[in-house]
Amino acid sequence: MSRALQNARRSPLLGIYALLVFAFLYLPIVILILYSFNRDGVGGFPPKQLTLAWYRLLFRDSAIWDSVLNSLLVAAGAVILSLTLGLLAALALDRASFPGKSIFRRLVLLPLILPGIITGLSLLMFAVFSGLQLSLATVFLGHGTALISVATTELFAGLQKMDRAQEEASLDLGATPWQTFWRVTLPNLKLSLIAAGLLIFTLSMDEIAVTFFLIGRDNTLPLEIWARLRRGITPEINAISTLIFAVSVVLILIWYQIRTRTTGKDAQELLERP
Amino acid sequence: MTQPVSIAEHAAASAASGNALLEVRNVAKRFGAREVLKQISLEIASGEFLTLLGESGSGKTTLLRLIAGFEQPSSGEIWMSGERLDALPPYKRRVNTVFQNYALFPHLTVQENVGYGLQVSGVANSEIPSRVNEALQMVKMQEFAASRPAKLSGGQQQRVALARALVNRPKLLLLDEPLSALDANLRKQMQGELKSLQRELGITFLFVTHDQDEAMALSDRIALLKDGGLEQVASPREIYAHPANSYTAEFIGQTNLLRAEVRNGVAACGPLKWSATQPPGAALFSLRPESIHLSPDGPAPTDAVHFRAVVRQQIFSGSSEHLELELAGQSLRARIPARGPLSGEQEFWFSPADAVAVRE
Amino acid sequence: MYTRAYKRIISAPPLLWVGIFLLLPYALMFAHSFWIVRDGMIAHEWNLQNYAKLFQNPVYLDVLFRTMRIAASVTMLSLLLGYPLAYYTSFHAGVRKDLLYQLVIVPLWVSYLVRGYAWKTILGSEGVFNGFLQYIHVTKEPVSFFLYSPFAVVLMLTHIYTPFVFLPLYASLEHIPRNLVEASHDLGAGSSATFLRVILPLSLPGLIAGATFAFVLTLGDFLAPLLVGGPSSIMIANIVQSLFGTAYDWPLGAAISVCILLLTISLLFLTERLEKGCSFR
Repeated sequence: MSRALQNARRSPLLGIYALLVFAFLYLPIVILILYSFNRDGVGGFPPKQLTLAWYRLLFRDSAIWDSVLNSLLVAAGAVILSLTLGLLAALALDRASFPGKSIFRRLVLLPLILPGIITGLSLLMFAVFSGLQLSLATVFLGHGTALISVATTELFAGLQKMDRAQEEASLDLGATPWQTFWRVTLPNLKLSLIAAGLLIFTLSMDEIAVTFFLIGRDNTLPLEIWARLRRGITPEINAISTLIFAVSVVLILIWYQIRTRTTGKDAQELLERP
Repeated sequence: MTQPVSIAEHAAASAASGNALLEVRNVAKRFGAREVLKQISLEIASGEFLTLLGESGSGKTTLLRLIAGFEQPSSGEIWMSGERLDALPPYKRRVNTVFQNYALFPHLTVQENVGYGLQVSGVANSEIPSRVNEALQMVKMQEFAASRPAKLSGGQQQRVALARALVNRPKLLLLDEPLSALDANLRKQMQGELKSLQRELGITFLFVTHDQDEAMALSDRIALLKDGGLEQVASPREIYAHPANSYTAEFIGQTNLLRAEVRNGVAACGPLKWSATQPPGAALFSLRPESIHLSPDGPAPTDAVHFRAVVRQQIFSGSSEHLELELAGQSLRARIPARGPLSGEQEFWFSPADAVAVRE
Repeated sequence: MYTRAYKRIISAPPLLWVGIFLLLPYALMFAHSFWIVRDGMIAHEWNLQNYAKLFQNPVYLDVLFRTMRIAASVTMLSLLLGYPLAYYTSFHAGVRKDLLYQLVIVPLWVSYLVRGYAWKTILGSEGVFNGFLQYIHVTKEPVSFFLYSPFAVVLMLTHIYTPFVFLPLYASLEHIPRNLVEASHDLGAGSSATFLRVILPLSLPGLIAGATFAFVLTLGDFLAPLLVGGPSSIMIANIVQSLFGTAYDWPLGAAISVCILLLTISLLFLTERLEKGCSFR
């Protein structure tokens, strides 16, 4: 961008506006974090006494940590399932042609853009239809299916950036397609896989809409929080929210570092919905 | 605006009114710690075709962008027709640019692209179509008026970019290596068209290139830049015949640089001796390959320097032979008319007038 | 280079999975919409009663239109906030561009629930905002309309979807070659003319994509009304959710879901056409 233009008309108004938008985006979170340390609970202004009491309470709350464990299990499973199927789907979209390919592509990407309730309800009907009990297993199924699209998008972008000639060279040197896949294709996709995995993990940990309809007796973390909200607001919820925020930030920043190292910024346009 | 005046008439009027259209006065440009242009001063005459020639990193593109208004000088001033140019933003300057990658607006048709400058300046809607048409006719692209840039070839986009700039009747047209993306044949063709267009319109052209053949073919004057400084500003013939220094001599055309010792009016370089008027001491001479002749080819002047040399390499190129000669441990390049294979030692001559003294 | 066997192996599993866990469930939902509830059980009798109910009972259409109004508001506001932010980051941020981008995607990915909950605690009568207003003596008593109103729903969802809108917009803006901006200036157009004639038209694909996400996702949102909306802000997805919950009528719920699905798909189809038409690559 030409410096003359930047210097001559750096629009201060635009900068202030951008700052205000950032404030809008961050203020609620900052307030939430602040009040997790407030002795007098959530509400009122200003927060009077700072304390860690709510965090101590949180750490003794076994129900919450049970739900965290449940969420971790589901998320881990979702990562494995989505990455595997997503990788195959990305490969298929990249290399194979078959009738109905464009429909397949749209279908795979659909859960990304459709409201979660649709995906959740349709899977609920499927579960009932096939006699499945609602449990963490059905939740795992729901997350895995919904998040294939995330894996497919990221891995497809990674495949596009890969140098085809490497695979051709491998075949030329005598490796079978299977060996080529393991020795050449996968290593090239390593960073894309990690990035996609991180994203799927984060999304699965936070998922509510689809989970809402597929949950059984064991709660995931978001649903456990949701259940407590029905009973009333407590700063303990602020505390767990703050922790969630902190962990998410770390994961997201790591994801971003990996992402920009692999596919570069232009592939990010392919990511339609977080 | 009463009568629509054609682009050519407009340029003729402005050419008649003065001499120096653009003055670059002691302009320097720094990017951080790097000094890209070092105190350049240059005058561009109205109606001339001036080329900024240099390698990449020489500062030629930076100078062009300073004149266009996309950068500001770190020091110095730029004046055009008696007014400060560098104080104006690009959209207020009567200068238009033909960009290296054409920079055509992909979402507009050719017609809309060319008419863009007229529209934003508030030219009457009734006048725009005829002016756009005139510009398209000049570059022979009228039949593509309704097309989008994506559908055009590189050469065609080039012409549209040219029309888009010219339609605004700029006082100065800047061309930033416009032909570098074209293949060799198309390039030659466009060079010819650009030259005749410029002659016809009389608009001042400031052309940037790294290709010295192109510069010599097109320019009224060449400004050779090196590392942010001006080496020489002169017409192609002048620069070729009397290069100011060794860099210029080697950059433009090919040459042999002879290190000689001058004593008592005689320059001596190895076994070669010729009369020279330089003061005694070390001197550097530039001798173009075509100035070295094979002995039978004459007529040689009376003060011609004759010598024998071994033909180490011979490359045939249609109308000439490029020879690499060895003489007393020194290597010389010669170019003679095609005459079949040569071998071993041959006799050559050159005229002392062709050995031009150059600075280091 | 790729054998038939290879292609079959890579295509089969995802195709199967998508068929069983996406297509089949959608088909099931479709089928359910034509069934009916009898004596507290779902009877597989094919009929169009559910759809008839939707169009005859004004409640459903009212809620649908309210939902669309909310979705439109959220989309508009998100664009109003997100576009200048994307423009600033792309064209004016210089070396801080990367940092700003990360600052935007953090709220994007952080839990929906956390952000919605934050607004809940802020907007309530006992909430932070009311406390603040009383503290600086702007009001004496709590103002109750902040929470449990369509206003709160729009506010919360705008907060959620502004970063959603930012992403594709920013990508579009980044794709605009900077020499086009220079060319526009060169030809005599100032900053606002350049923005209106060059930047805005070329950013339309991203703008349409972002607006579509915000609209479609808001349309199907049921959590925001439950968190911060009141009875007056029930959206169409809430009706569906209750039909699958306490108001046990799966077929009717399925019918509404099918309508939402069809509406969404047609919107997507439309905007994809629009995007292609506006894309000049």
